[in-house]
Amino acid sequence: MLRTDICGIRLDNPTILASGILGVTKASLANCIRNGAGAVTMKSISKEPRKGHNNPIIITFEAGMMNAVGYSNPGLLEAKKEFSDLHEVKGPVIASVIGTTPEEFAQMVRDFVTDDFAAVELPLSCPHTPGFGTLAGQGTPEATYDITKAAVKETKLPVFVKISPNTQSLGDVAKAAERAGAGAITCGNTLGPGMVIDIRTRQPILDFKVGGISGPALRPIAVRCVYDIYKSVKIPIIGVGGIQTGRDAIEMIMAGASAVGIGTGVYYRGPEVFRLICREMEEFMQQEGIRDIKEIIGAAHA
Amino acid sequence: MLEQPITVKIAGIKDEAKYIRTFFFDHHIDAKPGQFVMLWIPRVNQKPFGISYMQEGRFGITVCKVGSFTEKLFEKKPGDLVGIQGPYGRPFDTRGTNIALVAGGYGTAPLAFLFEKLNRMGKKVHLIIGARTKDLLTFQDRFPNAVFCTDDGSCGLKGFTTEALTSLIAREDIDMVYSCGPEIMMKSVLDICEKHGIDCQLSLERYIKCGFGVCGQCCVDPLGLCVCKEGPVFDKEVIQRISEFGRYHRDGTGRRVS
Repeated sequence: MLRTDICGIRLDNPTILASGILGVTKASLANCIRNGAGAVTMKSISKEPRKGHNNPIIITFEAGMMNAVGYSNPGLLEAKKEFSDLHEVKGPVIASVIGTTPEEFAQMVRDFVTDDFAAVELPLSCPHTPGFGTLAGQGTPEATYDITKAAVKETKLPVFVKISPNTQSLGDVAKAAERAGAGAITCGNTLGPGMVIDIRTRQPILDFKVGGISGPALRPIAVRCVYDIYKSVKIPIIGVGGIQTGRDAIEMIMAGASAVGIGTGVYYRGPEVFRLICREMEEFMQQEGIRDIKEIIGAAHA
Repeated sequence: MLEQPITVKIAGIKDEAKYIRTFFFDHHIDAKPGQFVMLWIPRVNQKPFGISYMQEGRFGITVCKVGSFTEKLFEKKPGDLVGIQGPYGRPFDTRGTNIALVAGGYGTAPLAFLFEKLNRMGKKVHLIIGARTKDLLTFQDRFPNAVFCTDDGSCGLKGFTTEALTSLIAREDIDMVYSCGPEIMMKSVLDICEKHGIDCQLSLERYIKCGFGVCGQCCVDPLGLCVCKEGPVFDKEVIQRISEFGRYHRDGTGRRVS
């Protein structure tokens, strides 16, 4: 019923752990698969080790979560050791790599992404790390094209391009990725950035002061973005943003997503969020007489 | 509850040893022994600390000066504002009737709170507190009946807490051990408990960032459990399945270090 595939990757269900949540170690990816995720995305790796921003890196507010982790990661060499023998994860693992130039993205794909992975994701849309993502202009149609093109050449695996919900030129960015050979669009990253100030100390709470917004506040925006992109490109879309329940996942799929990313949902419902969402999707599908989840991809466009 | 620091004034500061201080806050939190709070110093950082004192409307954390963050904290005076977030983590149980608590270094903090709770419950509790040297040894005045030991013999018995545990087990019918301290010590505690068939719970220390089970920085191999959420207190059976226990942990980048 929930079985699907994206770029030829077979998924037991359409829920995918989004990059940046619980993806520091192979063991935590395996834990998400045990909890029912259809696939998992690792936390992004850069060429050199990065400490990331100081704490607090993640806080919540009334309508969601705000983070500025700052791409902490152990760097290419150490990450190669951590993410080897990926069959132990017992589910498809999506690599995630970052770079500061198209050449560096290409090098990361070449040197890091082994055939053990199911796909590789390029986040060109982080809103809170200097040198990367939207702060480095990687989210324009031109930069997206150049980086995607450089990465695609280095691997036989499908390349997922993760784009920002902030941009006005969403369709153009998605089209640029498609034209450059992307296998799928991941839409999208966190929104904003936003800021929360502690009024007694008069200081922004996040150490980086600003952070990307996720969770319920992002959901209707992400749904609209996926809806728009569905009209712009033919390649599949992984819809990400504020999905907590089966209802939310179904909604995103109806907007045009072939699979859904779950990140902040782990906070609201624990790592078992994947299994819970799947159960709720199945309940809905039974009620509605939907036999195959693929039937309702883009249903809201009819 | 929002995962955000609440800013409160430091209500009092107590020198516990040369490098160890307790910071008190007149702020109610609903915490159990073994849980921790994230302490935020604006524009500096935010770090986890086990709760060491719990009284009506007041709690305390006991901090050892070990690095740049704690140095900044030691510059703070009563009345200064800091942020408190939490409590977080899985607490210690209260099972057992004849109980040994084995505390090493700043691992003493959460066990001090547990000791008082178990005592109030009327359980028979033996407290062993150890440190490398007297400048790192705490709570001699708070727990006059505890067994104190130092590696160098500068205070209390000369030797390790695990030696004191072994001799305690030889003369008492201990049915539960709770421990927090350096991992090499807790590894020995686990070995002793296994040898004698005694149940135990251990509190693990890992590099904690978010504190509430989202960022994945403190996940342990091979189970992938978050120390901040599914721990820091783990049952014996879980610890036995954590292959990195006593061998390595990860730094702030996620790199394995021994």
